[in-house]
Order: sequence, then structure tokens, then C-alpha cells
Amino acid sequence: MAAVKYIASEKLPDWLKSLAEKSRVLVPVAEGGGVVFRPYAPGCQPVFGSDATAPPKGSVFPACQELFRYERGKDAEDPGKGTLKLLPATEAEPTVVFGAKPCGARGFLIFDRVYMGKKFPDPYYINAREATVFVTMACSTANVENTCFCHWVGSGPADGAGSDVLLTPVAGGYTAEALTDKGAALLESPVLSDGAAKAAEADSVKAAAREALGEAPDISTSPAALLAAFDDMDFWRDQSDKCVSCGACTYLCPTCYCFTITDEPTGQSGRRMRSWDACMHFQFTLEASGHNPRPTKAHRLKNRVGHKFSYYPTLHEGIIACCGCGRCIKSCPVSVDIREIVQNAVARAKG
Amino acid sequence: MSRLEELKTRIKEALPGLECVIGWQKGFDPLHNTPLFMRSEADVDKLEWGPFNVHNPAVYLPTLAGKKVGIVVKGCDSRSVVELLQENLINRDNVVIFGMPCEGVIDLSKVKARLAAAGASAGAASAVTTDGKTVSVTAGGQTVAMPLAEVRADKCGRCQFPNAVLADTYVGDPIAPAAPAAAADADLAALDAMSVPERMAFWRYHMERCIRCYACRNACPMCVCRDHCIAQSREPHWLTQEDTATEKLFFQVVHAMHLAGRCTECGECQRACPMDIPVLALKKHLNRTIHDLFSYQAGVDPQAIPPLLQFKLEEDNIKERSW
Ligand code: SF4
Ligand code: SF4
Ligand code: SF4
Ligand code: SF4
Repeated sequence: MAAVKYIASEKLPDWLKSLAEKSRVLVPVAEGGGVVFRPYAPGCQPVFGSDATAPPKGSVFPACQELFRYERGKDAEDPGKGTLKLLPATEAEPTVVFGAKPCGARGFLIFDRVYMGKKFPDPYYINAREATVFVTMACSTANVENTCFCHWVGSGPADGAGSDVLLTPVAGGYTAEALTDKGAALLESPVLSDGAAKAAEADSVKAAAREALGEAPDISTSPAALLAAFDDMDFWRDQSDKCVSCGACTYLCPTCYCFTITDEPTGQSGRRMRSWDACMHFQFTLEASGHNPRPTKAHRLKNRVGHKFSYYPTLHEGIIACCGCGRCIKSCPVSVDIREIVQNAVARAKG
Repeated sequence: MSRLEELKTRIKEALPGLECVIGWQKGFDPLHNTPLFMRSEADVDKLEWGPFNVHNPAVYLPTLAGKKVGIVVKGCDSRSVVELLQENLINRDNVVIFGMPCEGVIDLSKVKARLAAAGASAGAASAVTTDGKTVSVTAGGQTVAMPLAEVRADKCGRCQFPNAVLADTYVGDPIAPAAPAAAADADLAALDAMSVPERMAFWRYHMERCIRCYACRNACPMCVCRDHCIAQSREPHWLTQEDTATEKLFFQVVHAMHLAGRCTECGECQRACPMDIPVLALKKHLNRTIHDLFSYQAGVDPQAIPPLLQFKLEEDNIKERSW
């Protein structure tokens, strides 16, 4: 691995500025009462403390993305014949996502298995994924929140999986470690200096944050336990009673990747758009016939938890489709707690 | 017996005849309570009462239509129940209302801001104590005390109905409203002071970060179309799925228009918004207009008909014949 580098806090704007000259740089900024990723411009004040309200999911998987545009016309030679012109969507912009927490970047590892698989490679996703670099910031004890549970799902506050560069807050600034070649290229900037002297401090920051999370319960049986509860609708009614079926949990989730497609026509031309879907909404599996296999919020919450902690791991080598960021808990208007549901299912299976 | 214990006893008495009773219990950390669906006596023992019961449980009533359920309400929540009754969205025979006097609930956004100013994170809250006047939150090793009056929800500062306006069981002595009847709305006043382009810029700025999750819609007790909302219907395709500020504001205006004269200003739309977008002001603005035109306030009188749900040949305040 490349040597550890160091950057002083006051040099950070210089680094961001130089990165922003070559690509779009998305940083967490405060907007109203929320923290969201926005393109960096000199003068912008990034918020590197607590985790952003919304993860950087849109950097690679936009909330709404044009797949193509179309134009209908008439054939000049044969006026009875219509023509259809398809215009491809634009290429993804080179992007650096800077200052997300490791869990926010790790979420894309869940996406990759779906959109970069051999069977159905998704060109839009691949295009954007390859154009994006993640510079994440390891959590210190100050960032560990009551809703964090990355250590339950095989991750941790300094998990570099999915990141290209891992920063760690130390006195006066940050250490920077390159985890990929793409990341190493970003560390070539002259504003960074050698960080060997700070490496031990960074290690203790990481260890303290991991320590602050405490012990993780054993949820290794969750795939089987959730499957065993599949037909127990009383169980799902109890788990979902208070859910109001909004989509906040899924839209804020770094690992939720479902989408819907709509055509947005204006006269003779239009656009085909792909936008985030949410299994918590009634329309999610509503069929054209009017039949809906997931007619109630109990069925829908079962889908969300089941997908993350049972169906996905079953298909993907036991990998849980949740990075433990806790956004769905923290931002749920009624505090539905996915940890509790998984544990209830595990306890139910034990009898 | 404390008031809360008495309330629990009364709920336990009623429970055998009910599908469930909706209230609140402690949530995942000391700053969060969470709705509680009581189906057994053991569930009732989890019931909480106090400034962390921020949710409006009336939102669940229309979805439980046809079942006989109980509901514990704050004063503001009771107005939503009344409004639902007024609109025949729920049946009076199917709902049993439990109330206690309410002294206000916290606005978590304000608590978070207070903690942040003191260098503490709400996400690390480990203990909370309240004595009715002060909220003390311990987070990350430090304890920050804040006067409840300064961190309570804005609606509580204007509340005229701290006691349920309608209740089958009321525990405790009714208390007098703490606020003057015509307390000012700071958010409306701020918007009023802006020019029209400034106001548009304000809404664009805020709607830009909307994630279109519809928590504002689904947490609203009066938003009963929910699964059939025009925001997501394809036939007709009223709204595109684009995430532009314009489209998102369009949805908010649709929401506000559908709530004109029905909204009880419970504030759930704004509280539920994960992005902290001040969407309540749109509804309050329309309510103010409804009040000026029809002298009407939603959810106060079970017998009243909301003005936009009725037709009168002559409106008192609309002088169309003499204009
Ligand atoms: S779990 Fe919470 S955030 Fe998710 S749909 Fe239900 S109420 Fe909304
Ligand atoms: S399910 Fe919840 S905790 Fe897990 S990644 Fe999604 S938002 Fe984060
Ligand atoms: S619009 Fe907002 S304030 Fe009005 S009833 Fe609905 S949730 Fe309550
Ligand atoms: S709750 Fe907030 S973020 Fe969600 S749709 Fe409403 S305004 Fe947008």
C-alpha cells in the first residue's frame, strides 16, 4: 500500500479547488436543516462532521436520469409514414465524491453486483461508476451515532471497501491513504505531505471509533430467519404497524437500487426517464391488471427487510445489502428500526 | 396513582373491545419516542406521555377503517380526529379517544441545533430528563439544558387546544392554553416580508433538496388518497418523475391545495420531512386565507362542514353581489 499522506485542515480548500478544476467534486454541505452532496465551488463550506442526511447515492445513480430522448416526425418522401429519432443520453461526468462516510461509498458494492453483473450489465450505471472516485472520511468517536450499526453487517467506521482514498481526522488535519490506483492519483497533489508521523494517531482514532460502537449481535441467521417468517403476516403486521409507507427509508438508503421507468412526453418528442423507486410505496409492484402482490405496508416492509437481510445475501455469497448507516432509522418519521426487525425475526426463528 | 398510570388503567379496561389502542413508547434512543400499537396489557405498560410524543397518531385511523380502535391524543391530534370525523373518513362508533392535558412537544430540529451549538451531537444522546420546564440532554459526555419553551414545536407556542377537543376518556384536569389566541406565525411573517421573486427563490432553495419520498404526504392524517395520489399515478400522468425543484414544488402546492380548510396545522408534514424542508408554511398560508374568507378553523367542531366541502349561495365574507 502507498505511504500515508497528510493534509492540514487549512490546506483542504486548496486540494478541493485543484480537484474541482479537473472534475465535478461533490462535497457534503448544509442546506436548511439537512446536509446534502453538492458540487464544490471555491468558498463553499463542506460539513465533514456528522454524516450527511442524504448519502452520495445520486453521484452514480441519480434520483432521475434520462435514458434517451426521442423525436417523432414525418417521412419527407412518404407523408403517411412516421419517423422516430432516438437521441442517446449524455455521458457521465468525471466526479470525485469527497468527504462521505465509508458506509456511503461501500453502498455501491451492493449495487455493483446487480448492475455490473455478467447477465444484465447496466451501461448507465457502469458509465457513471467508472467516472466516479470516492474520497471518504473514517468516522471518529464524535461521529458515531446511536443509529450506526456498520459493525453488524461486516463493515466498520474505517472500512475502506468501496473507497478510493480513506481520510482519517487527526489533530490539525487528516491522514490520507490511497486504497486504489484511482485514489493514488488524487494524492499526488503537492498540498499533501508525508503522513508517516501521523499514522499511529490515525490508527487510534479508527480503533476508538470501532470501540465506541460496542459489540455486534449475531445476525448471521437472518437470511433463514426472515424466510421462515415469510408467511407469518401477524409478525409483519406487528413490525409494520407504525410505518406510514413513505419512501424516506429507501430514498435515503445507500444500498437501495430499485428504479422505475416513465416516459415524459411533450408533444411529438419526449424523454424516457429512470427514477428511484421505493418498495414502501403502493405502486412498487402494482401490475397493469390492477393486481398488487404487495398490497399492504406489512408486505412492503417485509420486502425491504427481506431483500436486504435475506434474499440478497442468499444470492450474493452471504453479503448483506445494508451498510449499517442507520439513515432509515434516524430519518424515519416514526422511528421504525430495521435492527429491531431483523433481531425480532432472528428471535422468532429461535422460538 | 399518576395520571399516566390512570390512563393505562383506563386503556386496559377498554382494550378487550378494541383491535388496538394507538399511543407512544420509547424509541431507539432517549430523544425518540415512537408510535405504539397496544394489543395486550403488556403493551399498555410501555405507554409514554410527555414532550417526546411528537407524532400524530390520527394518521393511522383511516387505514384502520372498519376496525374498532382506540387512540391516545394530544390536543392537536384530537383536532385531526375531529376533522376525519367531519369528513366521514372514519366512523365515530369505531374510535375510542383517550386524552390528557398536553404541555407541548419538542421540535427535534431545534434540539439538534441547540446541541450542535454546544458542540454535542443529537445522534449521541445517551440520556434526557425533563421537568416540564427544561429539557436536559446528555450527549457525548456533556449535558446541555434547554428551556422547553424554546425547543418546543412552533404549534405549541400558539396552541389553543391543549386538552383534547373531543375525548371519550379524559384523564387529569384540563389546562388553559398558554398562548394568546392570535399568536403570530413567524414563518408566515418572514415569507410575507419577501417579494414574490424572493419567495420563489426561497422555495426553490428548499425544494432542491427534496428527495420526493412523500413522507410529508404519508405522515399527514388528512392526506387520505395516499396509494392513489396523483403524484405517482401514471393515468393521468399529472406530475413527471423528474426531481426538479419545479416539479417538487408543484407537488407541495397540490398537497397544500388539497388541505385548504382541512389542515389542522399539526405540523406532521414538516416534522416528517427527512430533509427538514419548511413545507408547513404553504398550508398555513392557505389556512389563513380560509380563515379570512370563511372564519373557519379545521378540526374543532365535529358537526361543522369544512368550507370547501360545502356550497352556500351567499358567503358572509365574499360579497360577489355587491362587488
Ligand atoms: S419505515 Fe419509516 S421511512 Fe420507511 S416507509 Fe415506513 S415510515 Fe417511511
Ligand atoms: S437499510 Fe438503513 S441502515 Fe441499511 S444501508 Fe439502508 S439506510 Fe442504511
Ligand atoms: S398538511 Fe401538515 S399540518 Fe396540515 S394536517 Fe397535514 S400533516 Fe398536519
Ligand atoms: S418529506 Fe420532504 S423530502 Fe420527502 S417529499 Fe416531502 S418535502 Fe420532499
